Amino acid sequence: MKKRLLAAFMCVAMSAALVAGCGSKGNTSDTETKDTGSDSESSVITVGFSQVGAESDWRTANSQSMKNTFSKENGYDLIFDDAQQKQENQITAIRNFIQQEVDYIVLAPVTETGWDTVLQEAKDADIPVIIVDRMVDVSDDDLFTAWVGSDFELEGKKACAWLNDYAEAKGMKEINIVDIQGTIGASAQIGRTKGLEDAVKEYGWNLLASQSGEFTQAKGQEVMESMLKQYDNINVVYCENDNEAFGAIDAIEAAGKTVGPDGDILVMSFDSTNAGLTDTLSGKIILNTECNPLHGPRVEEIIQKLKAGEAPDKLAYVDEGIFSYGADVASVTVDGKDYAVTEVTEDVISERAY
Amino acid sequence: MRMNKSFDIKRITGMRLFMPIVCLLAVLLINVITTPGFFKISVNNGVLYGYIIDVINRASELVVLAVGMTLVTAASGGQDISVGAVMAVAAAICCQILSGGDVSTNAFQNPFVLAAIVSLLGAALCGAFNGFLVARLNIQPMVATLILFTAGRGIAQLITKGQITYVRVESYKLLGGYIGKCPIPTPIFAAVIVIGIIHFILKKTALGLYIESVGINATASRLVGLNSTMIKFLTYVICGFMAGIAGLIASSRIYSADANNIGLNLEMDAILAVALGGNVLGGGKFSLMGSVIGAYTIQALTTTLYAMNVSADQLPVYKAIVVVVIVTLQSPVFKKAVANLKIKRSTKKLAAEGGNQ
Repeated sequence: MKKRLLAAFMCVAMSAALVAGCGSKGNTSDTETKDTGSDSESSVITVGFSQVGAESDWRTANSQSMKNTFSKENGYDLIFDDAQQKQENQITAIRNFIQQEVDYIVLAPVTETGWDTVLQEAKDADIPVIIVDRMVDVSDDDLFTAWVGSDFELEGKKACAWLNDYAEAKGMKEINIVDIQGTIGASAQIGRTKGLEDAVKEYGWNLLASQSGEFTQAKGQEVMESMLKQYDNINVVYCENDNEAFGAIDAIEAAGKTVGPDGDILVMSFDSTNAGLTDTLSGKIILNTECNPLHGPRVEEIIQKLKAGEAPDKLAYVDEGIFSYGADVASVTVDGKDYAVTEVTEDVISERAY
Repeated sequence: MRMNKSFDIKRITGMRLFMPIVCLLAVLLINVITTPGFFKISVNNGVLYGYIIDVINRASELVVLAVGMTLVTAASGGQDISVGAVMAVAAAICCQILSGGDVSTNAFQNPFVLAAIVSLLGAALCGAFNGFLVARLNIQPMVATLILFTAGRGIAQLITKGQITYVRVESYKLLGGYIGKCPIPTPIFAAVIVIGIIHFILKKTALGLYIESVGINATASRLVGLNSTMIKFLTYVICGFMAGIAGLIASSRIYSADANNIGLNLEMDAILAVALGGNVLGGGKFSLMGSVIGAYTIQALTTTLYAMNVSADQLPVYKAIVVVVIVTLQSPVFKKAVANLKIKRSTKKLAAEGGNQ
């Protein structure tokens, strides 16, 4: 009796969860899938996009960029699928796209591995797959057509080149830097850390310590707290995302030190979210290197090229800006290429939706 | 005289809290060698400053969770693995009420007291849900709490609409920061008050005894007139409430509700704290203070590894090694083996002495 009751209860709970889960996200795809599969209008390009989820502002902006680019007005029909952080949902979504005979599949993978089978299916169906944001790790690179995303190592290099120029401009003699890393193994962490480590060797800086802040504010705060007790001479903190920077700033201020251009410690950060740029405007974050979520236009470029029968580049990087407090450094040079540095103003922040 | 002295040592080593305290001291002792400044406490910027303060401060959430976890473990012989997710739910409710539904706010839209009470009630409700499944429907605690473990963060995301809700108001930072000119971090007070209240209740009422007897044998307890179901249920409600308090502290530290990360993996640390405190995870007799010491040991270990500059990718390995050693030291099998070794030695000695005579 008890078992049966339990079984009944579990059934109710599960179906309730299903309803709740679909209720929040499902309606977007419902409206958008209405008239797919009807290839009668050849001018309309159908694009299936499997998104990871909506875990951060960055991700929301990423989805929004896709929705804006592939709108009805622009001659597209977008089938948007929110995978809620689960790979199996993404695989199901791609199979659905194949069945619906979409023209192009765009995938923002949740993990790097485990895509071989389903991408092979897409290839067999002759549907080009464009990967955005994170990379996929597949046995055969021909399984996807192109990749669009950020060059994390370049982001790190740009930030370090800026620091070098800034230090020269301000006459800073010694740079004692600590690195609050992202989640170990994440591609953003690997690239940004490498950018810093190369720069440390090149410019002869003093890298005192590296520790993971796991991309969260709470850990960033805890790690910074500990580093401050260990070293008295820190003058630069290299935070690998905005959340860590918020935590680090709190820890520094709690220890009675000051941040900013005239303070004891310079805080550098990545991502350039709205909140991050607000702190850059006040100088608490001296430099914020952008991680651009607006992948839509780049993906459209690739699709247009494919449509015209041209072969697009395998790897396409999105343009990413550099935002600083003040205008002490106008531009930085990395590997012979110049990148402009934008001074943060109220206007820059108000334009930033995420 | 000599008899008396050895008797005392035996009594000390035989005490329940002996091993947990030794483990904590051992972790702290590593620092005497590796980080000379570890025990230095100074006043900096008007507040206490030092590694030891960090340990006590940062462990507060874990201590509060460990208190609830101990009661649940004792009464039901299982653990509540949903506490981390419940923390996120409580933080989400609190920040959403304070921000009045916006993503970010610079002033309280609703009174803090209201938000705190509602979020604590919400957390207690989560606890009641777990308690109902475990006590009433007799589901395995690990399975029952697995529901909220997976769904909890989803609920928190729903409440915050998938965003991180910021409450940028100075007075919201009090719980995770400092009250006025008081040099001691507020979370320490919160932890001490929680320990005090629960300890008082357990000592002054028969609840502690009831929980132990239900944990040892629920059927027998029912037969002597204890409402076993009610007592189990109650421990889960208390555990949920504790998770709520921990969630508020964690949220106040970062003046926001980060549904993805608040209390992440903290349920495992809380269970570990209970185990390190010398408690049997199968239920029955328990020591609240043991769990509290266990919680401080875990945070001391984390802070120690930071202070020793262990790189982030190796951190879990060192942590695992220390935990394995500590847990082995406390395991009954190991204790028995040591006792046997002692007996063997003394009988050998006796035999040798006998031979001499």
